[in-house]
Amino acid sequence: MDRRHFLRLGLAAAGAPMFGTINGVSWAAPAPDAATVEAGAYRNLLILVELKGANDGLNTVIPYNNPLYAQLRPRLAIARDQVLPLSENEALHPALKPLMVLWQDQQMAVVQGVGYPRPNLSHFRSIEIWDTASKSEEYLEAGWLARAFAAMPTPRHFAADGVVVGSNDMGPLSGPNVRTIALADTRQFLQQARLAQVHADGRNSALRHILSVEGEIVHAASKLNGNYAFRTEFPKNGFGNQVRTAAQLAASNAGMAVIRLTLSGFDTHANQLGTQANLLRDFADGAGALKSALLELNRWDSTTVMTYAEFGRRPRENQSGGTDHGTVNAHFLMGGKVRGGLYGQAPQLDRLDGNGNLAYAVDFRNLYATVIDRWWGGNSTAVLGGRFDALDLLKA
Amino acid sequence: MTARTQTVDPAEKMMIAGKNIKAAFVVVVGSAFWLLGMPAQAEQAIGSDGARHLLNRSGFAAGDADIKAFAGLSRTEAADRLLKAANSVAATPPPAWVDEAPIPPARRQQMTQEERMSEQRRNVEHAFELREWWFREMLTTSSPLTEKMTLFWHNHFATSQQKVRFAPLIYQQNITLRRNALGNFGTLLHEVARDPAMLIYLDGANSRKDQPNENFAREVMELFTLGEGHYSEQDIKEAARAFTGWSIDRETGKFMFRRGIHDYGNKAVFGHSGNFEGDQILDMLLAKPETAQFITRKLWREFISPEPDEAEVKRMAAIFQGSGYNIAKLMRTILTSDAFYAPENRAALIKSPVEFVVGTLKTFDIDAPNLRPFVLASALLGQNVFAPPNVKGWPGGETWINTATLLGRKQLLDRLFRNEDRMEVALRSMDQMAAMTGADLGPPGREGRMQRQMERQMGGIRWNLDKWAAGFTGSRGLQDMTQVVLAIAPSEIPAGNDALTGNPADWARQLVADPAYQLK
Repeated sequence: MDRRHFLRLGLAAAGAPMFGTINGVSWAAPAPDAATVEAGAYRNLLILVELKGANDGLNTVIPYNNPLYAQLRPRLAIARDQVLPLSENEALHPALKPLMVLWQDQQMAVVQGVGYPRPNLSHFRSIEIWDTASKSEEYLEAGWLARAFAAMPTPRHFAADGVVVGSNDMGPLSGPNVRTIALADTRQFLQQARLAQVHADGRNSALRHILSVEGEIVHAASKLNGNYAFRTEFPKNGFGNQVRTAAQLAASNAGMAVIRLTLSGFDTHANQLGTQANLLRDFADGAGALKSALLELNRWDSTTVMTYAEFGRRPRENQSGGTDHGTVNAHFLMGGKVRGGLYGQAPQLDRLDGNGNLAYAVDFRNLYATVIDRWWGGNSTAVLGGRFDALDLLKA
Repeated sequence: MTARTQTVDPAEKMMIAGKNIKAAFVVVVGSAFWLLGMPAQAEQAIGSDGARHLLNRSGFAAGDADIKAFAGLSRTEAADRLLKAANSVAATPPPAWVDEAPIPPARRQQMTQEERMSEQRRNVEHAFELREWWFREMLTTSSPLTEKMTLFWHNHFATSQQKVRFAPLIYQQNITLRRNALGNFGTLLHEVARDPAMLIYLDGANSRKDQPNENFAREVMELFTLGEGHYSEQDIKEAARAFTGWSIDRETGKFMFRRGIHDYGNKAVFGHSGNFEGDQILDMLLAKPETAQFITRKLWREFISPEPDEAEVKRMAAIFQGSGYNIAKLMRTILTSDAFYAPENRAALIKSPVEFVVGTLKTFDIDAPNLRPFVLASALLGQNVFAPPNVKGWPGGETWINTATLLGRKQLLDRLFRNEDRMEVALRSMDQMAAMTGADLGPPGREGRMQRQMERQMGGIRWNLDKWAAGFTGSRGLQDMTQVVLAIAPSEIPAGNDALTGNPADWARQLVADPAYQLK
């Protein structure tokens, strides 16, 4: 059942990569002989950026030469003379100007048409599908990263498996055995951590949860510091603060495989234009600062930044100057080892489904496989419950 | 302590004598918490442990006097007393602006950027005043259960000020929720569907027949009634048409049905075809047993345990639906159930930030003339009322506690329970540092501002822990204090627990620092 297919632009496979599911993947309790981790495997850092609420991909990576684009969006289409062209057919939203340097340096991959079969249009359900890497109709408890770390544990001396910055939702890092730290700011975290102690008491599951969180705090605090003096100027807004915190975490050298950032507010059912432009500007400014800070630390070559969201938005604009829930989206990967270019499939605006939505070309689990297999040298098949081919967008 | 009414817990019969209170403490508290799952029939008195459990779960704290008052009641009597005390209106007077009409669209068009921003700031301020109003009501109400239920419905019909952006509408929604908090779920559902804040939050106000907005139709099925998996995308699309034209009068901010944009056509929903209106769609949802089960399951997680017993849920849901969705009747079933009083379900739930903050103020009689810092604290801990993270509300349970929020809780307690002189020193040094560096302390951005505002205003709280703790003297002092403060025996027995030489204020500090303080 070799369904290897090329996902390069223009060669997108039409079929869904459906493989036998392995239910009950043994993530919860890693086998005693689970792959011994070479210290280097998780030297490669993944920074996830969730564009929460579902960013409108069609006004992010714009098919500016497709006449259907302007027809579907009489009010929302970005004028051709304002877009930032990437190719004959694709262009970035003007607010993403700071990303153009990355593009020109060939350190940014743009993956179009990312989604999954039988898409769910509920925010909560669809992000759950993304976070747990489940099939559309399958319910899994633990996040895909939690399973990845169970299959191939991070070194014990790591401060944590992952750090969630500025959000109380653990997303792909939720699961019973994953070591996740949530914080808003490293210095504040360290100040407060002095109040935590290690206890042993497991009378009920609520108590066990509290005690395990307290233990994680004590462990992480022993590894982190937040005092690196960057020359990089971080944007003075919420996302800029998250980026600054991510940079401080990377500077700590404390060991963590993932940092997850969240930029919220993309659920633009009404008056989308200004809202999305502001959010994209925050995102691009933050991404630029992140690159600059990681270069200072000499970590840009060992970091990959990847965006994700629950779904995309509907190609046809609605009556409120906004867009409703859609299916596929365009996502970015950036980093010193990223092979810049266009991947996936441009939106087929002439082939919308019954709901007026696009069909996917790249399963989001192909992106996860890329991270697990290529970035960390793991085995994504067991983690993802099926075979999903990595995209060839990381340099050796 | 004098004898507590006519009931005597087995644990209370064990008199402790002498100084070896540490060992006695372990035995008594341990048994009080764990031996009390005795065969409890509905007619037997619930005892002081049962009373504390009931009051903690149905309210924010269990004071000594209330525990005594409830200990002698049977399960049914206790539940009935709570339900009889229910309120349908708040006793705390609302802020003066709650009846203001929205700015007319024509006027809004003419506003300058400056005016818009000032209007926005005013609105943010109003939302905070409204949160203070609600916290005050939670603290002073004669029926904490009414507040818990109102909070439950706010979480269920989650609506955020951050999208509605007009605090009087948020207030009106709260009034609707509390009026029906223990009333009829069908009535509540119909009223919420017409609620102006909800119409804005889920985009119903702009839904028109040529472009129906599916947001409300989807959430009313997924989150308000049936739950995921009991409807199709087609049902949503068709139902959305039935709600077109349910809108708002922009002059008054009241519900308005706009005929011109309503879809009067034929709709096919759940295999039925007809010229359905929105109210008929809601009635179809109420007719399905999944709705009663969905609500019951959610109430179970709120009041009984994290893991609903499906057989029991079905039994309770049948009573609920059979009663025509009488919420008080369902709550009576829940609060008298074996599962509710089961020993394994005691202290099995994690306090929400609001329960944690309001509960702390109530438990320790902390007099806070200004509730703003506590509203901010709750927000920083993950529960900013009137601003749930999304229409699904707060996920709750174990997700309340992560590394950031657990530290936040500990820090708040540390602020409140550290010695007053230390607090003043800390505040002064913060001010000095800020003055010296001219720099912001703590993280910048919205969270940072909230944090600093909370820190500053916390300085105004006057509260004497020693005075509170002085009520717990004698050989049973620590046990009695533990009963009031914790829902379960502590993970660590407080140090210095000798009744003769120990310091009750220190016990309190240690009890709130114990992980068990996070449980209800």
